[in-house]
Amino acid sequence: MLFQLDHVGFKTPERAILTDISFTVEEGEYVTFSGPSGSGKSTLLRLIATLLTPTSGTITYRDQPQGSYAKVAYRRQVSYCFQQPSLFGDTVRDNLAFPFSLRDRPFDPTQAMQALAEVDLPESMLDKPITELSGGEKQRVALIRNLLFTPDVLLLDEVTTGLDSATKEIVHRLIESKNQHDGLTVLAVTHDEGEIAVAHRLITITGGRMEAEHE
Amino acid sequence: MNNLIVSPTALAFAVVLVIIALLVNFKEHIGMEKDLITGVLRAVIQLTVVGYVLTYIIKVDRAPLTLLMVAVIILNAAWNARGRANGIPHAYAISLLAISAATVTTIALLVLAHAVKFTPSQIVPISGMIASNAMVAIGLCYRNLNATFHDQRQAVLERLALGADAKQATAEIVRAAIKTGMAPTIDSAKTVGLVSLPGMMSGLIFAGIDPTKAIMYQIMVTFMLLAATSLASVIACYRAYPQFFNADLQLR
Repeated sequence: MLFQLDHVGFKTPERAILTDISFTVEEGEYVTFSGPSGSGKSTLLRLIATLLTPTSGTITYRDQPQGSYAKVAYRRQVSYCFQQPSLFGDTVRDNLAFPFSLRDRPFDPTQAMQALAEVDLPESMLDKPITELSGGEKQRVALIRNLLFTPDVLLLDEVTTGLDSATKEIVHRLIESKNQHDGLTVLAVTHDEGEIAVAHRLITITGGRMEAEHE
Repeated sequence: MNNLIVSPTALAFAVVLVIIALLVNFKEHIGMEKDLITGVLRAVIQLTVVGYVLTYIIKVDRAPLTLLMVAVIILNAAWNARGRANGIPHAYAISLLAISAATVTTIALLVLAHAVKFTPSQIVPISGMIASNAMVAIGLCYRNLNATFHDQRQAVLERLALGADAKQATAEIVRAAIKTGMAPTIDSAKTVGLVSLPGMMSGLIFAGIDPTKAIMYQIMVTFMLLAATSLASVIACYRAYPQFFNADLQLR
C-alpha cells in the first residue's frame, strides 16, 4: 500500500475544511478527486504533499507515518503541481534548471529539451522569457519541472483547468503515459470528464467529507 | 575652539526652526505636530542626558564603563530594529546578534589597525555610528523580507513542493533583502563629499581640523559602515528567513 489516510481532518481556527477522510492508494494507481469548489480537494492534496499538516487523523506513506520522513526527500518523491503555477527567474531554462540545482547536479539541456518535446514544446522554448509564455505553455513548463526527475507520486491540482482542448490533450497524454508505462502514481483533482474516464478511481468530496468512491 | 560653543540663548533662538516646522504642519494639515513635539522633547532630553553621561565616562576613562556604554547602545539599537520586524519571531535576539557582531568586529579591526584608540571619546561615538547604521540596515532587511515573503508566497510554496529546503526556497528573497539593507550605505558611499558632508567630517571641520585630514577619518568611517551594514544585513537575513517556516518546513 502506498498511501493510507485514516480519519484525516484539517481545520483552521475559523472552520473545518476536511473531516474524517479515509482511503488507501496502491502503487501505480490513477486516482481522481472531484467535487464542488471549496470542498477541500486542494487541501487534501496539500496534506498528502506535506505542504499542510493534518489537525486530526494520520497519513501513512509506504507503511511509515508521513511525519517520519524528511520533508525535502518526501516532497521529491511525492511531487505537487499547482493549479496556477508561478514560474521562477527569467527564462524557461531557469525553471528547468531548478530541480537540477536542488540536487546539486549540473543542468542537462538535452534532458530538458526531451522533456519539452514530451509536452509538444519546441527546443527553442528553453531560452524564452517566461513573460512571453501563454497560460498553456506555463502550465506545461511547470508540469515538466515536476517530472524532470520522475517522482514516485504526482499530485495534480486542477492543472488542466482553463487550458484549451489541444493543450489538455497533450497534458493528459503525458500523464497517462507516465502512469501506464513508468508506474507513476497519480492523484489528481479534476473536473475534466476525459481525465476522470481514464483514471482508475474517482473520489467525490463535498463539504470537506468523502461523499462517494467509484471504481 | 570657542567658535564651537552654542550658547543657551542661541539654542533658544534655534527653537524658531522648530516653530517653522510646526507652522508648516498646521498650515498643510499634515497632522504630525504631536510626533514633532515628542521628537524635539526626546532629542533634547536624550542628548542632554547623554552629554552628561559621556562627559563622565570620558573623564573617568575606564574600560568597563566604556564597554557598558557600548552595550547600552547595542541593546537599544537591537530594540529599535526589533520594532521594524513586524512580527518576525525572535527578532530581538536576531537583531542583537547582528548588531553586536557588526559593532564588535568593526571596532576590533579598527583598534587592531590603530585607526582608533580604545578610549571612550573614540569608541563610544564610533559604536553609536556603527550600531545606528546596522539598525537601519536590519530594519530595511526585515521590511523587505516581510514584503517579499508576502508577495512571493506562491513561488516559495512551489519551490518547497519541488523538494527545496528553506534555504533553496528563499535564496532569491534573502539576497534581495541583504541588498536592500546594504543599499543606503553603498549609495551614500557613492555620493559622499558630492552631496553630503557627513557628520564625522563636518564635526572635524567645525572643530578647525584641516579638511584634508578630516577626509581621512571620513574615509575610515565609510569603510567601517560598509563592513558593518554588510555584516549586520547578512547575519539578520540568514537568521530571520528560517522564522518564516514552521518545524514541518511549511510557510507560517
